[in-house]
Amino acid sequence: MNTYETVFIMNPVLSEDQVKETVQKFVGHIKTNKGAVTHEENWGLKKLKYAIQKKKTGFYYLLEFQADGEIINDFEVEFKRDERVIRWQTVRLDKFALEYAERRKKKLSTNAKEK
Amino acid sequence: MANTDVKYLNPVDVELRNQNKYCRFKKMGITYIDYKDPDFLMRFLNDQGKILPRRITGNSLKFQRRLAVSVKRARQIALLPYVADNLK
Repeated sequence: MNTYETVFIMNPVLSEDQVKETVQKFVGHIKTNKGAVTHEENWGLKKLKYAIQKKKTGFYYLLEFQADGEIINDFEVEFKRDERVIRWQTVRLDKFALEYAERRKKKLSTNAKEK
Repeated sequence: MANTDVKYLNPVDVELRNQNKYCRFKKMGITYIDYKDPDFLMRFLNDQGKILPRRITGNSLKFQRRLAVSVKRARQIALLPYVADNLK
C-alpha cells in the first residue's frame, strides 16, 4: 500500500452537482479497488496559468488516498476517458511528503474551526 | 585627498555577495517542497517563469533537484506557467 495524491481539474462549465458527481465517481473507483480516501480538498474555481483545451478556468479538486500501485493505471485511464476532467496529476507521497501532508491537514482543520 | 575618492568610484561588493549565499531549505529545515504552493515556488523563478540557477539562489544541490521537480509538477496542473512574459 502506498499513499497517493491526485489533483485534477474539471471543466468550468459544469454545475455544482455535476462536479460533486464527478468527484464521487472517482472516490467510488478507489473504494471498489480496496483503496481508502484519507483526505479531500475542494479548491473551487481557479484561474489556470495557461489555457488547457481553450479553457482559462477550472474546478480544482484534490484527493489523497491509500491504494496498491496496480490500480493507479486503471485510475488514470478513468480520467482519460472522462470528458469532464481536463487535466489530472497523480503523485506518490514519500516520507517527507507524508509529514508535510499531515501538517497541512492540521493547519487546514484549525483554520476551518476558527472560521 | 581627492585621490582616495577616485579609487572607489565602483563599489567593492564582490566579497559581500559571497557571504549572503546559503541554502534556504537547509536553514529553514524544509524537507518537502510543495508543488501546490505556487506563491512559494515563484521566489525561485525569474519573470519568464524559468527556474533560477543555484548560482543565484544559493540552494544546495539536493534541494535544487527537488525544487525543479516541484516546479515541473506545478506547471503540469497549471498552477505555474510554462512560458510567461511578466510573471512578477
